[in-house]
Amino acid sequence: MNQTPLLLGAVAYDPKVVTIWDGFQQYFAEGDLAFDYILYTNYERQVEAHFSGQIHVAWNSPLAWLQSERLASALDRRAEAICMRDSDRDLTSVIVARKNGPVASLSDLKDRKIAVGAKDSPQATLIPLAFLADQGLEPNKDFDVAEFDVLSGKHGDHMGGERDAARALMRNECDAACMIDSNHLLFIQEGTLPSGATHVIAQTPPYDHCNFTVLDNAPPEPIARFRELLLAMSYADPQVRRLLDLEGLKRWLPGRTEGYTQLSKAVEKFHFIDAFVSATVARCK
Amino acid sequence: MQVDLEDLGFDGGGALLVKRALRMVPEGESVTIVGTNSDLHVHLPAWCRAEGHECQLSDARGKSSAVIRRGTTDSQRWSGSQRAGSADSLAAQAIVEHPPQRWGLAARGALVEAGSPEFHFALTDKVEVWSPDAVRIYAQASASQWDPATAVPWDAKFDLPAEVEDAVVQIMTYLIENEMAALIVPSRFIAQLHPHFRETIQVLAIQAADEARHVEVFTRRALLKRREPGLSTAGGQASLQTLVDEPDFAIAAFLLSVLGEGTFLSLLWFIERFAPDPITARVCRLAAQDEARHVAFGMSHLRAHIQAKPEVRESLANAVRERHEALRQTAGLNAEVFDALVLMAAGSWEPASIRQGQSAVAVLLEDMHASRKKRLIQLGFDPTEAEDLSSLHTRNFM
Repeated sequence: MNQTPLLLGAVAYDPKVVTIWDGFQQYFAEGDLAFDYILYTNYERQVEAHFSGQIHVAWNSPLAWLQSERLASALDRRAEAICMRDSDRDLTSVIVARKNGPVASLSDLKDRKIAVGAKDSPQATLIPLAFLADQGLEPNKDFDVAEFDVLSGKHGDHMGGERDAARALMRNECDAACMIDSNHLLFIQEGTLPSGATHVIAQTPPYDHCNFTVLDNAPPEPIARFRELLLAMSYADPQVRRLLDLEGLKRWLPGRTEGYTQLSKAVEKFHFIDAFVSATVARCK
Repeated sequence: MQVDLEDLGFDGGGALLVKRALRMVPEGESVTIVGTNSDLHVHLPAWCRAEGHECQLSDARGKSSAVIRRGTTDSQRWSGSQRAGSADSLAAQAIVEHPPQRWGLAARGALVEAGSPEFHFALTDKVEVWSPDAVRIYAQASASQWDPATAVPWDAKFDLPAEVEDAVVQIMTYLIENEMAALIVPSRFIAQLHPHFRETIQVLAIQAADEARHVEVFTRRALLKRREPGLSTAGGQASLQTLVDEPDFAIAAFLLSVLGEGTFLSLLWFIERFAPDPITARVCRLAAQDEARHVAFGMSHLRAHIQAKPEVRESLANAVRERHEALRQTAGLNAEVFDALVLMAAGSWEPASIRQGQSAVAVLLEDMHASRKKRLIQLGFDPTEAEDLSSLHTRNFM
């Protein structure tokens, strides 16, 4: 196996990321695919590295996917989402309030304070704020936004800001908090939100989360083998199951991009990635 | 199948009812979940997504209804799993000859998920460690545990001549270091035994606990009227070191439990008989009762081991000879202990009494030798070899 390894980029949002990709490296080696990975501290660095040819495939957040898609479009390139987790599909974000608090429905949010996660978190900030705007509640105009901007650049993957927002809700420092649907359950299970103390007052339409992104100059054969091996990972295989559990999925599915529309509208509305895209385009040209 | 959660939400344990319903249908089949909890329409799909089930939600005003199609995660997770023998040690095939390392700490008989980590237990052969009597001996040991605070009449009044008290303190000092060795040796092997042999671990653990109590009561008796214990000799410690350092389970059990503790049984009953005070008598009686169990277990699993592998007998015999050679240059039992035993048995300094004491100790040594020989014959050694091996046993007794 002397071929040049397929290089993957991933963002180090948690120490377990090393365990995960070391495990994948071993799995791919057993499938006769030379594979290595580079960890980045933030998605912007990873996206730019992808376009400069440092990596062949990027494990991208939904926001990083949009950044890549916009960059590809501006540079006359093509980005493709080739694979995603089953758990990346049809997520929703929820607006949560205290059960005995002043907020029982969306209309009660006017002139209130709403806690959100990291500034660049699609699930805990961008999508729910755009959703509220669609419902006639403009952020920082119709209500105050309390940001819990933890580890910027990691696009909310680490959940720290989301959890801080939930805690702020329970400390009465805000009237509602935004989070991903499954984290509402998680925060109840771990005790961050006491059981029965909160309720969901609104839920966004479904959207998709991470994907493996490749650009048009990716080496076709290793990429095809990479995708094939991912789709062949079986939860019945104990060695693989350990990795799937760490990465939070039961099986890999083909990539799809129609689930990013909501986020796309949100970043347009807030002009969230324009500066990054134009600066990167200038550097890549 | 339809399950109505009523107003129970996932924050109140609703997932349990959903899981139970899904277990009742084959994978690929569906169940309908209905409920009135206001967050159910959020939590049910989120939970299904994480668990690998498909969820079709219809949310009418005030009531959620979802059709959940059971995914294949359960069968995938448990494919390749293995039943780790059987809990009942008397059931056929309950105790396997070589339990896999990946069964690890699982309860015997549990279903072990494939992919469980490999452990590194050194003792994994049934023939080396298992005794069918382990269950009975453990139960007996558990039922016979005594409390050092109440089992001994610590407040009993007695007054011994200073030299007799010193003799008792010296004997206790000797017993303490021997019992410490008897505590450490099984403890070392507990950590090496595969947990599949649960009852063997339990017997050794309770054996260590027994010795801990013995160390406690012997120490307490030694310090009853003295500030410090007596003498510890180089020869005595050298003899015990050969036990503590022995890496082989069968040899260690043979030297410690069969020969050492077997010999100690005679010693403890001797002290109990000639004890000059009720406390010394009591602590030795309690210890002797425990030691008898330790000897019984050692005999039992070595008998099973020798039956399965007769060649083991030769390596046990060699171990006694090697130990004898290793200790040839040492003094063996320290003279102070020997003299203390004679004085205690004599009860006074009268020459006639000393003669009786000396004679009693000589009888003790004979009794020790005869008992060792009897046990060696029970393990299948012929009488000549048993005689030979018994006479080579350490002069330090343990």
